Amino acid sequence: MANVKCSEFLKELTDYLDGVIDDRTRAELEEHLNWCHKCYVVVSTTKHTIEIYRDSHLYELPDDLRGRLHSAIMSKCAASKKKH
Amino acid sequence: MSPIQSKGVEATGDDLVLVRAAKRGDMGAFEQLVKRYDRNIFRIAQHITQNREDAEDVVQDAFLKSYQNLDRFQEQSKFYTWLVRIAVNESLMKLRKRRTAKTVSIDEDVKTEEDSVPREVADWSPNPEQLYNQSELQEILGKTIQGLPSSFRTVFVLRDVEGLSTEETAEALDLSVPAVKSRLLRARLQLRERLNRYFKKNGSGDGKREVL
Repeated sequence: MANVKCSEFLKELTDYLDGVIDDRTRAELEEHLNWCHKCYVVVSTTKHTIEIYRDSHLYELPDDLRGRLHSAIMSKCAASKKKH
Repeated sequence: MSPIQSKGVEATGDDLVLVRAAKRGDMGAFEQLVKRYDRNIFRIAQHITQNREDAEDVVQDAFLKSYQNLDRFQEQSKFYTWLVRIAVNESLMKLRKRRTAKTVSIDEDVKTEEDSVPREVADWSPNPEQLYNQSELQEILGKTIQGLPSSFRTVFVLRDVEGLSTEETAEALDLSVPAVKSRLLRARLQLRERLNRYFKKNGSGDGKREVL
């Protein structure tokens, strides 16, 4: 995979970001990143996209709702147990 | 560049102990499983359904179904992955009900115009976290992920938000590993492209802040 092209780099992007790639391919991809600013920016902003969602606390379960859901779940489970 | 650090779920070593106790009728053991995973299931359901009421229903239905079907749980897979699978199916059913005219399936392999080729390449500076406060940022992230096809959104949420491995995501969605990888790549690139609108350097004039 010497002289990696941008399209080839993109195909490997997910494995590269997840760190599941062999050392040789990683070295070739990083050599590409040394001179290709476009791919460098795509990698860094894609990584940031993942991190910002992972750390966002989007759709956290509020405590009051959590309590209500617990009660509902456990009473439904108890009722279904009685049926059987 | 260093790889992404996956968040993952909390230690699941004693899940099996709790599951076995729950199978023997120990409600307290099952309640511990509910407390352990309710936040994750709520997040997954809200991400897929994009509706608060539906997400609440999914949390209840997913735990109830898992309780009623504990005997069918095959212990070679993780309890959490099995629970996620139930929750994803319940979420997709809710989505189908709301979009009666449109079929919603995790199997759909959507071709979209903004596929895997980055069109706009601009660095993000300053950091989005410096540019927007937390509630503004959450609104942007919510609106942006809502626009993804549900099959991409689901893979992204399980893999990148909840930290399931690629193999666990494939198992939870009944997809092949290459299908998960392909959708994950496209989901990541599409989200990046869409977030550019808000975060790109020298984006919207000197103020640089996209008006919400």
